[in-house]
Amino acid sequence: MTTQHAEASNPLATLTESLRRLQIREYGIVLISVSLFLTLTFTSDRFFQKQNFFNILDQWSAIGLLACAATICIISGVFDLSVGGIVSVAAVVACKVANSTTPWVGILAGVGTGLGLGISNGVVVHFTRVNSFIGTLATGIVFAGLAIIVTGGNIVTVTDPQFGVLGQNDWLGLKFTGWVFLGFALISGIVLARSRFGRYVYAVGGNAESARLSGIRVGLIRGSCFAVSGLAAGAAGALLASRTTSAQADLGRGMELTAISAAILGGTSIFGGEGAVWRAVLGVLLLAMIGNGFNLLGIDTTYQAIVQGALILVAVAADQLLRRRA
Amino acid sequence: MDEQHLGQEGAGESSSPLLEALAVSKRFGGVQAVDTVSIVVERGSVHGLVGENGAGKSTLAKIIGGVIGPDGGEILVDGHPVRFHSPRDALAAGIVTIAQEIALVPGLSVAENVLLGIEPSAGGFVRRGDLRGRFEELNAHTGFGLHALDRVGGLRTAEQQKVEILRAIARDARLILMDEPSAALTRDETDRLLGIVRELAASGTSIVLVSHYLDQVLAVSDHVTVMRNGKLVRSGEAARETPESLVAAMIGREMSLTFPTKHPPPADAPVVLEARGLTRKGALDDVSVTVRRGEIVGLAGLVGSGRTELARAIFGADGLDAGEVLVEGTPVRIHHPGKAVRIGIGLLPESRKDQGLLMGLSVRENTTIARLGDFTVGGFVRRGAERQRTRELVRDLDVRTSSTETAVVTLSGGNQQKVLFAKWLVRRPVVLLADEPTRGVDVGAKRQIHELVIRLAAEGTAVLLISSEIEEVLGLAHRVLVMRRGAVVSEFTGDEITEEAVMNAAFAAVTRAGEAA
Repeated sequence: MTTQHAEASNPLATLTESLRRLQIREYGIVLISVSLFLTLTFTSDRFFQKQNFFNILDQWSAIGLLACAATICIISGVFDLSVGGIVSVAAVVACKVANSTTPWVGILAGVGTGLGLGISNGVVVHFTRVNSFIGTLATGIVFAGLAIIVTGGNIVTVTDPQFGVLGQNDWLGLKFTGWVFLGFALISGIVLARSRFGRYVYAVGGNAESARLSGIRVGLIRGSCFAVSGLAAGAAGALLASRTTSAQADLGRGMELTAISAAILGGTSIFGGEGAVWRAVLGVLLLAMIGNGFNLLGIDTTYQAIVQGALILVAVAADQLLRRRA
Repeated sequence: MDEQHLGQEGAGESSSPLLEALAVSKRFGGVQAVDTVSIVVERGSVHGLVGENGAGKSTLAKIIGGVIGPDGGEILVDGHPVRFHSPRDALAAGIVTIAQEIALVPGLSVAENVLLGIEPSAGGFVRRGDLRGRFEELNAHTGFGLHALDRVGGLRTAEQQKVEILRAIARDARLILMDEPSAALTRDETDRLLGIVRELAASGTSIVLVSHYLDQVLAVSDHVTVMRNGKLVRSGEAARETPESLVAAMIGREMSLTFPTKHPPPADAPVVLEARGLTRKGALDDVSVTVRRGEIVGLAGLVGSGRTELARAIFGADGLDAGEVLVEGTPVRIHHPGKAVRIGIGLLPESRKDQGLLMGLSVRENTTIARLGDFTVGGFVRRGAERQRTRELVRDLDVRTSSTETAVVTLSGGNQQKVLFAKWLVRRPVVLLADEPTRGVDVGAKRQIHELVIRLAAEGTAVLLISSEIEEVLGLAHRVLVMRRGAVVSEFTGDEITEEAVMNAAFAAVTRAGEAA
């Protein structure tokens, strides 16, 4: 108690105190991840193994791509709730095109479809001036409907086994899906942190009016974020389709929420203007470790969703509490 | 007998006025907003409260209305001391505030808004019939002619104000505080509002009217109080005042800052910025302005007179209905601030927090944001170059910051303002539009900012300076334009620039006298 009083009355101590809080806020998620990592390492023999890590990266690659892109969108001040729909459309388009042309053209068509739908999101949100949350909720429903029309409600199967290379083969033990995730995280992370575009993303999300009055085209920047999000969703759809050499219309359903959860869990502010791609990766790994831990420790997996939900709540509540104090 | 009885009761009450504020004070940080002010409001009278921007009128009204608590002094109602902790307490004493921003529930009907919180109800359910009945009673009494079932959100401002007034009456208000009620009204609507004020006073309600429009205040008030720098200058019968006498009382202060000698640009200096007939509905009315190379043109006028709107229109921040902008003689279509920045126009916006700075980002990031292209190679930002340029500007402008990486949110107001200047000095601007460049800045930083504006002009930048601080405009500008209701109404050069002339033009005292003559 005495120390607290002393600290409160001394401005220098107050400053160090707020710095310390800032550190907790900034790196609290790292602490949680490391402790979970250590717990799993010491409680299960099968956790700390290369193959387990590679499996996690493979399994979470699609969500990982979406989470990196969601982070960029959220920092710029928009939400993209349509990515689930885009994943579905991209996957079924990839399969359809692969069947009528070649597998690799199919994969590219899937990715390209995602990019196109992402750009259309940007255009729709900019010109209708609808809140992005509502706008992409709506376009996401439309995209999911598109996927049903393309498939006619059936599973589309690709006959050429070449189509499965991306989702099933590996390099140095890690599946190509995992490499795609890591590569995308690395590139998007560097672009966000170091490029002019990245700087504008932070500026627009931090204060759109200040950014506009500095000469930045807010609509263009946010539109580009939607395009990145669409591209990531297209790639995720192509990966998932390739993994099973098939796709159906509800493939991406609900993925947007898991991706946004991971981004938020990593410590990116939902109010925009702050965050980082590495945080999204950490958020994804945290979700993955929870799932993995349940499996390895033989805990009833029916509780997994409850733990994940509770963790998101705790993470965001703690974030706001620290923010208010700081 | 009856009359005598009434008279006695009346005499008993009128021995003390409805409201007295005794030596009321209020301080906000370093500013003494209200300084030992005493006023008396009699029953059934209209009391006008006038002064410059920031004179303390609104603060005084808020203290009386219970919106903010005074640091010192006392409020008496009917001669009894009262202590208001909220507008609700004030309401219990019969005092209602109608603020500058209308506070109605837009989704509810007129009748529901008027009786919000005091609805006739039974068992938790509103008795709609009684509600309607009570509303019509009030409506008929005032003759406002409002329609009970209209949605408030769909009404025009003047009508919404009537709803606010009716709401005050429904709460048995004995004193209604109106803060700039006519700011958003047309001439006809204003006339009607003033009629209502007079009727209310005739029926025994007292009104305190805070307004910039001196002619309106004089037309309806029985009593006028003039404030300046938080102090009461004069309080007396309205009949003895004229707009000119009020303006003289409002400005009669010595200059608190000294300014360097002015160096106006040579007469043949080329016109750098020219705006022709800028018009935007409801904001700008056929405004033409020229600023020459090295010239500082001051824009004076009241808040809301169109000064900020003019700067924003030139910068491309708001659209235009008509008019064109020429920079260095060439017509330019500036449809977006990005275009303005490219041709060398900088805008220092009115609110550094909401429009100027990225509060969470560093001094470096804020400094380079408008000219990031200068530091970019192949799409990537060269932080070293950024840091170097920022360091130079931080030194040059004397920004007190521990490093270029400090978040601007942690800096003081004056230093934040200097960062905003640094942003436009990465490259010297051809035109600088400075809107309230020293608002909320301490005296030392203010002085430095003044010197900076002068230096920029001396280096050839055309400066358009907007300020609510009249000394700043007088002390810096080579030429002063006065705006009123979206139009430029007067222009003063050289020795014509006096406080009295500018203020009279801003408050239109002269115009009114001219009309009367």
